[in-house]
Amino acid sequence: MKMRNYWNLRDWGAGIWERANRPKRVAIAITTIFLVALLPFAGASFLATPIAAYDAVLVYPVGVFILMALGLNIVVGKSGMLDLGYVAFFAIGAYTMALMGTHTGLNTWEIMPFGIAFAMLAGVLLGLPTLRLRGDYLAIVTLGFGEIVRLVVLNSTWSKGPNGIANIPMPPDIGPLKFKLDDQKVFFWVVVIMILLTIWMIRRLSVRRPGRAWEAIRQDEDAAELMGIPTLKYKIWSFTLGAAVGGAAGVLFASKNLFIAPEMFTLNVSILILACVVFGGIGNIWGVVLGAAILGYLPERIRFISDARLLVFGLVLVTVMNFRPDGLLPRKKREKAIVKKEVNA
Amino acid sequence: MRLEIKDLHVHYGKIEAIKGISVVVNEGEIVTLIGANGAGKTTTLKTISGLRKVTSGAIIFDGQDISNVPAHERVDLGISQAPEGRGIFPGMTVLENLEMGKFHRKNRKAEMSEDLDKVYTLFPRLKERVAQAGGTLSGGEQQMLAIGRALMSRPKVLLLDEPSMGLAPQMIANIFRIITEINKTGVTILLVEQNAQQALQRAHRAYILETGNVVKEAKASDLLNDPAVREAYLGTGAHA
Ligand SMILES: Nc1ncnc2c1ncn2[C@@H]1O[C@H](COP(=O)(O)OP(=O)(O)OP(=O)(O)O)[C@@H](O)[C@H]1O
Ligand SMILES: [Mg+2]
Repeated sequence: MKMRNYWNLRDWGAGIWERANRPKRVAIAITTIFLVALLPFAGASFLATPIAAYDAVLVYPVGVFILMALGLNIVVGKSGMLDLGYVAFFAIGAYTMALMGTHTGLNTWEIMPFGIAFAMLAGVLLGLPTLRLRGDYLAIVTLGFGEIVRLVVLNSTWSKGPNGIANIPMPPDIGPLKFKLDDQKVFFWVVVIMILLTIWMIRRLSVRRPGRAWEAIRQDEDAAELMGIPTLKYKIWSFTLGAAVGGAAGVLFASKNLFIAPEMFTLNVSILILACVVFGGIGNIWGVVLGAAILGYLPERIRFISDARLLVFGLVLVTVMNFRPDGLLPRKKREKAIVKKEVNA
Repeated sequence: MRLEIKDLHVHYGKIEAIKGISVVVNEGEIVTLIGANGAGKTTTLKTISGLRKVTSGAIIFDGQDISNVPAHERVDLGISQAPEGRGIFPGMTVLENLEMGKFHRKNRKAEMSEDLDKVYTLFPRLKERVAQAGGTLSGGEQQMLAIGRALMSRPKVLLLDEPSMGLAPQMIANIFRIITEINKTGVTILLVEQNAQQALQRAHRAYILETGNVVKEAKASDLLNDPAVREAYLGTGAHA
């Protein structure tokens, strides 16, 4: 069934942006950010989530999912490597926050660089030997890595095993802005800032050499190597940047949740984040943001139908992917007829 | 400049695809490697450009053994390959593809417009289609793009893998004419072909490859008149 490009929101949006001059763009950006920042105040509207507190839902899952999906998109969408163990980096960030937060006097912002650094280090250590592998192999190895990280924290004493780590400190107040459990607006604004920083970083890299190199690697890795691109180096960079974002999300999550346990870092999380990327539109930042927002929010919004909600969730996924196989806001596709490479090439 | 392959062995897993070949390409030459399907032509080129690992033997370029130099660094040394089946970036425009060819060059900004002009002079068709996606070009145009892109790195030696594959006779003649033109600008060429007729007419020297072994090495013009070669590769027996 050819129902694609039935409505093309991406080109509509891109059109407005391209026609706008600089001051107009600044105005659009500021208005959008402002409206998003007001979202936590809409708790009394139709947006309200039953059972779970609406402002908390905006932070987790919605905000954290968006952040992670953006990070995973660097790996899967930009450079075309299938990472099925992305949750590992999230877990590393979260456990860094939990351990350092309960054992040292450092606060969330001071621990954040450590969480990011440890996640990146894990990314490099995993990437160096495995990123030479391609396609399916990489997927399997990363999947294994995700499970290993979970099993290690499940079976270690320093991580308190299955009991998890409690009493993780909240972030310190920023001036008059206080982090509270029953009012998570400030948390939400922090996530939004982290998301904006991530988007800014990806957009900058995309138009520069790393972006070109990733694009070439994604389209044809051998050809990229023949262009003089050190493909392994760029793949490791992509993998590591993705890991950094996952680590940052983990630190924030632990500091918001105040308690973490191994059961929060299962393969399901990796798959769900990957679903956000694919559902929204792999490779397109705005698609990924939209996809993660919907997949994070929807199950909470329909919680009142209890058990049926996962069924509805699945139905939505299947239906949308059927009508829009490239996601809600797919990336620009220029190759209409990719010439099939000769066998034995 | 001189490219020399010494007793090269290459494996795919346990299968030995190249069983000890030696090939020499001197500066300024067009050397062709002809052979049937599966003879190991692509494998040889990929090993020279670094996409495949050497099992044993040596690849000597400019007096230096490069067998352990990674592929992307061989481009800096002056080895450039237009891959079999074109291997262009389908989602990038013609211009973006050509720009990728210069990815590694230190002074790429300064050289860019000059080299683009050179490519457009060789392939005027590409200039008409700068903004078209590589994947939507015709087969012949993709071949032009692959060769043009390979030239953007200012190679000393250009490796061409079956540039005539899948092209109409007229386009084949055209591509081979351009290959000679490129060679006249000082680029050494190692050309892999199944179209022995055209390749032997254009090349200075030729090697015949059969299941991983070089079975014959001679001046190209001699092979054109060799009855056995005519029988096997030119589709016309000695009696014709
Ligand atoms: N990736 C691979 N894995 C295993 N065997 C391979 C691989 N690539 C090539 N081979 C084998 O190596 C041998 C040489 O292949 P190669 O591609 O070099 O042949 P060729 O001379 O280029 O043939 P053609 O004219 O059909 O392109 C063949 O027997 C082929 O089956
Ligand atoms: Mg071949």
